This record gives sequence, structure tokens and C-alpha cells, in this order.
Amino acid sequence: MYITPDEVAGVAALARLELGPEETAAMSRQLDEILGYIAKLQEVDTSQVEVMTHTQNLNNVFREDQTVPSPPRQESLANAPRQNGEVFIVPRVI
Amino acid sequence: MNPIGLTIHQLQSMLARREVSAVEATSSLFEHIHKTDKDIKAFITLAEDEALTQAKEADRRLEKGEADPLCGIPLSVKDILCTKGIKTTAGSKMLESFIPTYDATVVAKLKKKGAVLLGKVCMDEFAMGSTNEHCAFGTPRNPRNTDFICGGSSGGSAASVAADECLASLGSDTGGSIRQPASHCGVVGLKPTYGRVSRFGLIAFASSLDQIGPLTKDVTDSAIMMSAIAGYDSRDSTSVQREVPDYRQDLKLDIKDMKIGIPREYFLEGLDTEVEKTVGEALDKLREAGAEIREVSLPHTEYGAAVYYIIAPSEASSNLARYDGLRYGLRNEQAESLIEMYNKSRSQGFGDEVKRRIIIGTFALSSGYYDAYYKKASQVRALITEDYKKVFQECDLLASPVTPGPPWKIGEKIDDPLSMYLSDILTIPANMAGIPAISIPCGFSRDRLPIGFQLQAPHFGESVLLHVGYSLEQRLGLGGR
Repeated sequence: MYITPDEVAGVAALARLELGPEETAAMSRQLDEILGYIAKLQEVDTSQVEVMTHTQNLNNVFREDQTVPSPPRQESLANAPRQNGEVFIVPRVI
Repeated sequence: MNPIGLTIHQLQSMLARREVSAVEATSSLFEHIHKTDKDIKAFITLAEDEALTQAKEADRRLEKGEADPLCGIPLSVKDILCTKGIKTTAGSKMLESFIPTYDATVVAKLKKKGAVLLGKVCMDEFAMGSTNEHCAFGTPRNPRNTDFICGGSSGGSAASVAADECLASLGSDTGGSIRQPASHCGVVGLKPTYGRVSRFGLIAFASSLDQIGPLTKDVTDSAIMMSAIAGYDSRDSTSVQREVPDYRQDLKLDIKDMKIGIPREYFLEGLDTEVEKTVGEALDKLREAGAEIREVSLPHTEYGAAVYYIIAPSEASSNLARYDGLRYGLRNEQAESLIEMYNKSRSQGFGDEVKRRIIIGTFALSSGYYDAYYKKASQVRALITEDYKKVFQECDLLASPVTPGPPWKIGEKIDDPLSMYLSDILTIPANMAGIPAISIPCGFSRDRLPIGFQLQAPHFGESVLLHVGYSLEQRLGLGGR
């Protein structure tokens, strides 16, 4: 077994997802099968291989530190589920 | 004159001669969409008012002799690209009412050229899927036979082009999401080199793999679209500063003595016999044209899907962490605490496939598993890329099928994610290495469903893909349909 239902529940909690018992069971079965397939990577000898991070050999990209206009506040707030014209409103944090 | 069924270059010459106006062309297309899209279901949002305003403006420019090949051309855009003032859902309930405040760079470029944006088309939720069955707003159907999948994730793009609901479309390709639906619907789909096209305004799935590209009715249109969207953008630091060629210019070059490699690993056990036969016949055409066909080996091909299903979900789990119900997107209003708001909003907003991938990615990146999964996958990714480098020393490009089989029936693989994942094994490696690849229709299965032919080239080899693709299209006589 590559992943247990308990592990699925634990990872889901880390990812801020709530799964019901049936969802967890179904997901565990599917993920176990997928991870079983992925396990074939262990056949490959990678002891001498560097980790690939980019497809192009790009160097760091610098630009002048200049200010550019930001979107107006009303636009930035326009898609918010709740806002008061000045800030985003969220449930009590503290 | 009716514009339905025309290519971009055909409509463009009619517009230039003023045989039809952009407003007439746009209105006829909407009329056509209202009839056909009841069955095809390619569109999520139609932007009729905006499109007609753009068409009027295009007509003004055309009257003055505007020569841009896209001026007045009606297009559709995958709903993963931000469009200012027009709802952009990414196929997810999470973004059901999201209205971007800016245009993606590619959208802005098309608008500037005078193109007309008819609306936003369907996709698998956050581009995760190969069938468009994972779209929160319905599943588009394959216009060639509506019982079958149109492919994914740019399924609405491919279906809208194949159903003549637009002249061309923009899609995005993370593991085959342009080429696979193009193959299944019988249109041309090009995934450019990573960095060739700006990703600014593309809703992110897997940032080291995502690339935007065109779906068109023929190779000439693909060249026209590529010239319009390619180029450096200071707002995407992974876009590359490199001159954009006029892709249309080289289309008619001879292909004599070009070296085309056939990767033997792509003709694997389980490859559909009709696909193998049709692709073989297309290769014969290229041989007749004077190309030299030789067998080559990409030994790590078989690991591509395994690498992909670590790297893509890992990047997705990070990219999709931004959907927290706070600044935009769906929020569960019953939640009493912040954590509960995150949990409930995300659980309600994301569909099953997206949850599955977020969980795989979170697992692969979690402490204790990182070396075994993400690090290992990134190393095998380097080997896949190395395979290409070696092979491109002895050939100019690679030819193969796009998918192991023709499209399947809607619903057939919905409960079997692994089997769906494995349908992408021939398209994934190009994304791993960041090289360009194109899917070109090369024939039909016995059920009259399209079969695609894939060409892959070294980094920034779009010109050679289009040029050899054009030659193939001419010889197969399938150009423009």
C-alpha cells in the first residue's frame, strides 16, 4: 500500500480540504493505484543526475526598480465575496 | 457571403476585399453558435455585445486598409485566460463569478490586432483532465460524433473550431491539453516552446509546464496565430527575449533531405492499430516529399506519465493554494472561523479531479516523501530532456501519433483516473523538456473519428514544425478541413 486512508485524511487537512468518509475511501483507492504506477520511477538510476528546475537555461531576470500604477482599490476589491469599500471582510481571526 | 467553415486566411482576404464585413461575419457566427452549441456545448460565456463592438472597430480599420491578418477575425478563447470585464471561470465553481480586471497578454495582443473575441470556451476544471468531463459547467461534445469526448483540457477550444463556431481558438497545454483535443476533433493544435508565449493572465496549473498556443483549422492559420501571440513580456519572467519570426513566410519551403526521427518507444504495445496505420501512411507522404525517415530512441519515454503525475500535481497544489475564499472566488458564508472558511470554501469550490491532484501534490511534497517523489521525478525529467538533446543531434524533428487511440465515448473512463492519465503518454514528454510540438489531422478511424499526427522539434523550432506540417497537410489534402 502506497497511501492509507488515514494518510489521505491527513494530507487533505494540510491542503485545507474536507473529505467525507466515502470520499476519503474512494480517493485512497484511486491514489494508491496512481502512486503504484508512479513507483516505476524507482527503477531508474538517478544517482548521478541533477535535479531539473528549468527547461531553458534562463539567468536571473533583472529590471529597473521603478514604480508602475497598481490597479485602483475599487477594482481590486470588486471580486471579493465580502468587502466594505476599503478592505476585505473575513470571519474573526483572533 | 457566409463565413461559416472558412479559415482565417480565407476570411481575411474576403474582409480585405470588403466582400463581407467583420460585423456580418461575427453576426453569422453567433447565429451559427446559437444553433449548433445546444448540442456541442463548447461555450461557457458568449460576449456578443463586446464582440460586435470589436467587429465594428475592425471594420473601421479594414475600411482604411488595415492589413493585419487577424483584423476582424472572430475567435474563441479558453476560459483559463483572463479577459477584462468578461467572466473567467477556469471551468470551476470556485471562479463561477470571477470577472478579471485585466486581459491576459495574449488576449490583449489579439485585441490590439483587431481580432473579435466571441466568448469563452469550456475546459476541464483548472485544465486538469483529458476529456472535458471535469468541467463544472457541462461537457462539450466531439463535433464529429457527439457520443464521443472532444478531449481535454482545451476541449471547448477544439470543439468550437471543429464545429465552425469560430475561426480559431487559444488553448493551453500542460501535458497535451492543446494537442490531444486537436487530435480528437480533427483540428491543428500547436504547443509552443516553454517561454515563447507570455503566460501573464493564464490561470496557473503547473507553472513549469503550462504554455499557451493556438487551435486552428489549418497549418497556415496556426502560423498566423503564432506570429500574433509569441514574444517576450516583462510581466512573465519565464518568457524569452528572442525575435519572433514571421511563421507564415517559411511554410512553403521544400522538406527534401529533412531528417525526421521516429521514436520507437512511441509505437508501443497497446497503440491502436488504426492510429498506427494512419500515422504510417502520413509518414509515407513525408518520405515521398523527400524527407529522410529514421528510427530513433527516447529511452525514458515510458516514465513520462509517472514524472508528470508528480510534477504537475505538486505545482498545482501550490498554485491552487491561492483559492481561499478571501479576495475573490467562492466563499462559504456559514464558516465561523478563518480556517473553517478555507476548508469549506475549497471543499465546495473544487471538483473531484482537482481535489485528487491537490492531494497527490501535497503528499508528494510533504516531509519524508519529497525525495522519493518530487526530487526523483525532477531527476527523471532531466533524463527525458537529455534523451531529446541526443536525438536532435541526428534529426531535425520527431514524428509520432498524438494519442495511443482515437477518442472514446463520454463516460467510459470517468471512474478510472489512471487510465485517463495514461492517454497522455505521447504528449507529456514535450512539456517535460519544454520543446514545441504540433498535432495535425492525418486521417480518420473506422468510426469516422479524427486521428492526429504529432511533430516535435527542438526549443524554438516552431518554424520547422509549421513548415513540415504544412507540407504534410498539402499532401494529405486535408488542409482547411
